[in-house]
Amino acid sequence: MLKKNYKKQLPLHLMLVPGIILVFIYSYIPMVGSIMAFQKYIPSKGLFHSKWVGLKNFHYLFDMPDFYQVLWNTVFIAVLKIIFGLIVPIAVAILLNEIGKTLVKRWIQTLIYLPHFLSWVILGGVLIDILSPSNGLVNQFLGLFSIKPIFFLGDNNWFPFTIILSDIWKEFGFSTIVYLAALTTINPSLYEAAVIDGANRWKQTWSITLPGILPVIILMATLSLGNVLNAGFDQIFNLYSPLVYESGDILDTLIYRVGLIDAQYGVATALGLFKSLISFALVSISYWLAYKIADYRIF
Amino acid sequence: MVEGKSLGSKMFRVFNYTFLILLAVMCLIPLIHILAVSLSSNVAASAGIVKLWPKDFTLKSYEFVLSKGEFLLSLWVTVKRVVLGTALSMFLSILIAYPLSKSGRELKFRTGYAWYFVFTILFSGGLIPWYMTIRSTGLLDSIWALIIPGAVPVFNVILLLNFYRGLPKELEEAAFVDGASHWKTLWRIYVPLSMPSIATIGLFTVVGHWNAWFDGLILMNSQDNYPLSSYLQTVIVQASLTNMSAEQLKNLATVSDRTVKAAQIFVGALPILAFYPFLQKYFVKGMVMGGVKE
Repeated sequence: MLKKNYKKQLPLHLMLVPGIILVFIYSYIPMVGSIMAFQKYIPSKGLFHSKWVGLKNFHYLFDMPDFYQVLWNTVFIAVLKIIFGLIVPIAVAILLNEIGKTLVKRWIQTLIYLPHFLSWVILGGVLIDILSPSNGLVNQFLGLFSIKPIFFLGDNNWFPFTIILSDIWKEFGFSTIVYLAALTTINPSLYEAAVIDGANRWKQTWSITLPGILPVIILMATLSLGNVLNAGFDQIFNLYSPLVYESGDILDTLIYRVGLIDAQYGVATALGLFKSLISFALVSISYWLAYKIADYRIF
Repeated sequence: MVEGKSLGSKMFRVFNYTFLILLAVMCLIPLIHILAVSLSSNVAASAGIVKLWPKDFTLKSYEFVLSKGEFLLSLWVTVKRVVLGTALSMFLSILIAYPLSKSGRELKFRTGYAWYFVFTILFSGGLIPWYMTIRSTGLLDSIWALIIPGAVPVFNVILLLNFYRGLPKELEEAAFVDGASHWKTLWRIYVPLSMPSIATIGLFTVVGHWNAWFDGLILMNSQDNYPLSSYLQTVIVQASLTNMSAEQLKNLATVSDRTVKAAQIFVGALPILAFYPFLQKYFVKGMVMGGVKE
């Protein structure tokens, strides 16, 4: 019996082998490779012959005046993205739901999902052009109201908000999908009963619509906790310049510059490990909470 | 929601339609503007008089872009990575999701295997060790560097395994009674029945490969091996932002190659725009499928 069972299971195990090997090489070996955070890593010597330096890379990092600024920028941008990335799609989904199933609704959906599918290289190019202070479309438009040209991508007062706003612009539409799906599960008879009770539209939204999608809102909010250190590398890398390092440099862009431009591999890995460990804790907590609160399971 | 007939209710509807339509238009206007600039003459574009309609219509920018050797070369790299990368990662997703969709009784260590894959979502070694690993496996400057390291998309595997689980058990039991192997059952029963889900993650993968630019940028030493997105990153973004003084940056949009940049942006976005109707259909399905599990 046991042997027969084994024979039946063997093909299943074999199916996993290629995936296991690839994941081992390209995900687990780099995890082990993080120990170069404790080395003065030199590529020609490799992981086994580079000099061990203990916590020196971390000390170097925490003594860097930029480090705290960068950490703050990261958290600031990421948290604002999380907050508005929740509120805006919820509001738009509720408003869209009011339109009913019409052609107009489908057209609106088609248009607001679109930016999600374009990469930040493309949209970066678009934004650089339309946000230009000399003759970009946005500043020309603001000029109609006698507003002086704003250097959105070169002014430290504006840069973080330009990043947050343009990210919301790209993703809000696509994020409505989850809430629109949740809205369809609300029983229509609830609204009919509310109308008989004399509840107006505003009341209906507060006491039927929002409670109806609250589980999904809580789930999305919980899962987004894991992104507190993800300020959006792709976006910032394609929009920032030395002019705005002060307000726009984030952990991921710093890791890139320290590691791949300056070739300080040990320091960059230390920085990466710092980020990975905190993110790991945050993501684990968020999944655990989502499991406890909403019975959400990854698999 | 039940339609009211009061004045307030009417006003709300007017406001709601206007607001949402404006929102939708805001998502499109930047792209229309870029298209208009790309079809305008250099003079008109530099003067900043092009808004949403081309001025002095010309296809010169497109002719220039499409005649550049680097552009065509990088387009070819992208075609290769999209085809090979999608094929490989779809094959692996289909294959890995099958055993993981079984119960612990049908597959020993099932939970352990699943965590082995899921853990890579939770924790990563970071950029530098990842880069070093690819470097030491000798993939730098090869098309395979863009395909193999990311060939196991764990999120897609999870999406697919949840779909597999929703299929009726009786079908595979009948297949086993008829003497079919796991391999046959997977390809003859699971795959045909999972087509909606497979199409969704297939499109996810195609778009992902088309849009990916960072891996090409750091894993290819020679520009000849850049995929299109990486090439566009260097000619549109890097050329704009890196090593420029504040003054140069301010005058960015007046430089004469504005129309060429716009044409490149548009060509880079074109396949996505062309496939978008299909994308939308499947992505929405896929999102809902992934979100609503039993």
